[in-house]
Amino acid sequence: MTLNVVEIPTNVVRHLDLYRQDWDNFVAAQASNGVATNPVNEFRNVGWREFERVGFPIHRRGNELWKYTDLRGIDRAEFRSGSRSKTFDRNELAAKIPLPSEWQNLVFVDGRLDRSHSDSVGQQAGVRFDSVSSFADLGKLAQCADNAFVSLNSAFLDDGIFVDVDAGGFANKPIHLVFVTTEFDDGHRAVYPRVAASIGSGAEAMLIETHVSISDAAHLSAPVVEISLADDASLKHYRAQLDNENSYHFATTRVKQSSGSNYQSSSFSIGCSIGRNDVFTHLAGEHAVSTLHGVYLTTNRQHQDNEISTTHLAPHCTSDQYYKGILSGRSRAVFSGKITVERGAQKTDASQKDLNLLLSHGAEVDTKPSLEIYADDVKCGHGATAGYVDEDTLFYLQSRGVDYDTAQAMLIRGFAAEIISEFGDDTLREFLENQLDELMPVLQIASDTIGTA
Amino acid sequence: MLKIENLHAVVTDSEEEILKGIDLEVNPGEVHAIMGPNGSGKSTLANVLMGKPSYSVTDGDITVDGDSIVELMPDARAHLGMFLAMQYPSEVPGVRPWQFLKAAKDAIDVANGQSKMSVRAFSRLFDEKVTESGINPDLIKRSLNEGFSGGEKKRNEMLQMQVLAPRIAIMDETDSGLDIDALQAVADGVNKMRSPDRSFVIVTHYQRLLHYVKPDVVHILVNGKIVETGGAMLAEKIEATGYRDYLAVR
Repeated sequence: MTLNVVEIPTNVVRHLDLYRQDWDNFVAAQASNGVATNPVNEFRNVGWREFERVGFPIHRRGNELWKYTDLRGIDRAEFRSGSRSKTFDRNELAAKIPLPSEWQNLVFVDGRLDRSHSDSVGQQAGVRFDSVSSFADLGKLAQCADNAFVSLNSAFLDDGIFVDVDAGGFANKPIHLVFVTTEFDDGHRAVYPRVAASIGSGAEAMLIETHVSISDAAHLSAPVVEISLADDASLKHYRAQLDNENSYHFATTRVKQSSGSNYQSSSFSIGCSIGRNDVFTHLAGEHAVSTLHGVYLTTNRQHQDNEISTTHLAPHCTSDQYYKGILSGRSRAVFSGKITVERGAQKTDASQKDLNLLLSHGAEVDTKPSLEIYADDVKCGHGATAGYVDEDTLFYLQSRGVDYDTAQAMLIRGFAAEIISEFGDDTLREFLENQLDELMPVLQIASDTIGTA
Repeated sequence: MLKIENLHAVVTDSEEEILKGIDLEVNPGEVHAIMGPNGSGKSTLANVLMGKPSYSVTDGDITVDGDSIVELMPDARAHLGMFLAMQYPSEVPGVRPWQFLKAAKDAIDVANGQSKMSVRAFSRLFDEKVTESGINPDLIKRSLNEGFSGGEKKRNEMLQMQVLAPRIAIMDETDSGLDIDALQAVADGVNKMRSPDRSFVIVTHYQRLLHYVKPDVVHILVNGKIVETGGAMLAEKIEATGYRDYLAVR
């Protein structure tokens, strides 16, 4: 018998070893707590086996999904999950993000629901909060196959939350899911938040998802959100990614829409060192509407990757992808938008747009539209631009008496306003406008383009 | 008030000389018309006066009240009371006219050692000028100039001029592309603003606007130089004969 010697790149071994050890500890801890049940255990095993098979997507050659995002180095940093979280005061959190009493605030600390920081639940008629394992489609919308981060998240499935809105229900309070990552004394923390939402037929809800760090310590966050909308259900899903600039954030959102449902997603990404916002909606029933909008702001050496995908499976559906980027310093961004129109999805009306404002010559954006259309009676439009601040416009504003910095800030704010104005909650919108204003000096100091076209 | 001496200016990128030695003096209360054929440098002169970065002054001087403004940024010129109504005003997404004009008014007031107007007082001023300028009040709730027709953009320029009340108002072909009603509205705006301490420099190809706004002085600009200066009669002569006499002797 001959032995086939397969050469395994050392970095693959390295990060697998680290995460295997972490996972073994996690599984052992779960078992000793007596919370390990068979279906969940099997779910974790599937996740772990897939992660072990695929590893982190470090090798980009031939990997279209990670073509423009370089993760080398992520395997060398030791990110580990750990049960002990740093304690913090609610005021400390409230200084960073809004927690208004008009919202149902649920605060997750390092992926686990923290009741002391959360509003008490159960007062909303027609809305139930449950364990993610009660979600019928768990793992079916966000599948592990070939996806390192969904696999890791599934392997470390712990607490999370299932938001269940009854048919015909109306969630009168916005449901605010706050994911706080704390410092880890013993290295860098890895967190795997998990969210499932089921919006019953004809029901309406607003889900606000906020990701924030409580310190400047580096961490790895790999949240997975699975959403299912029944017939004529409507969900407004707002997402604010504010993790600290030393962190990695790889978010996966998977949505399945039935007939007549309306999913409206607006994303605001401002944080982390390398971030990825991976959204995929399936339009499975006729006359469903999917709106995937977002704005990303990057400075210094930040990298923000948007992987936005819509698949039309049924006829008469409308989808709209619209992302805007503002880039400064030596930052990079990626917009990879995909629209697939399957055979039979006639009368599809799909559009895709990615517009970028470059504030410095060192900033770079890769924008990659991809349309796969297998039906013949469809409307499908797309466009992408990247440009510097327009010199004539700056002159126009300055000629009225406002100085260069103020004029540039007005143009930056104006550029982002189109997306920010869509966040349909006054408190949230004002908060995001303030976040942009706070970032403005950082964006502007790294700006070196005076409107060169 | 505004004095231009031997002004030479080039396109910053190409160094192509557009203005080739211009002398001009505008006294308080005067309305000057700058007329000339296409490509003579009229618009360049208007933009150079306001400090547009795509042009560079290579020789000569521009002074306001005796002080050179050539080195000043456009905003600093606005603080001195200068204003340029643009030929092609930019569309500015996400910037609302009210907020923009309030910021501009505040910047000018603060630079002149005055306190900022209260929101209430400014709103009153703004609403009054909106009515006066005849601009569609629904339009100005939108983003600045976005989706405005050519005529609406010009009316919006006049609105800004009326709100900011400059001492030296430069109008760059504000009359071009306007129908007769809009032209009349622009003329009314200018005539209402005429006062002993406010001057106008009206750049125009045609004398249409000058039927309604009587200039004190008319200059003919050809190939970057003023070739003739006269009274309002000069504009009427141009109407009859065009610019060909000047172009022939060039």
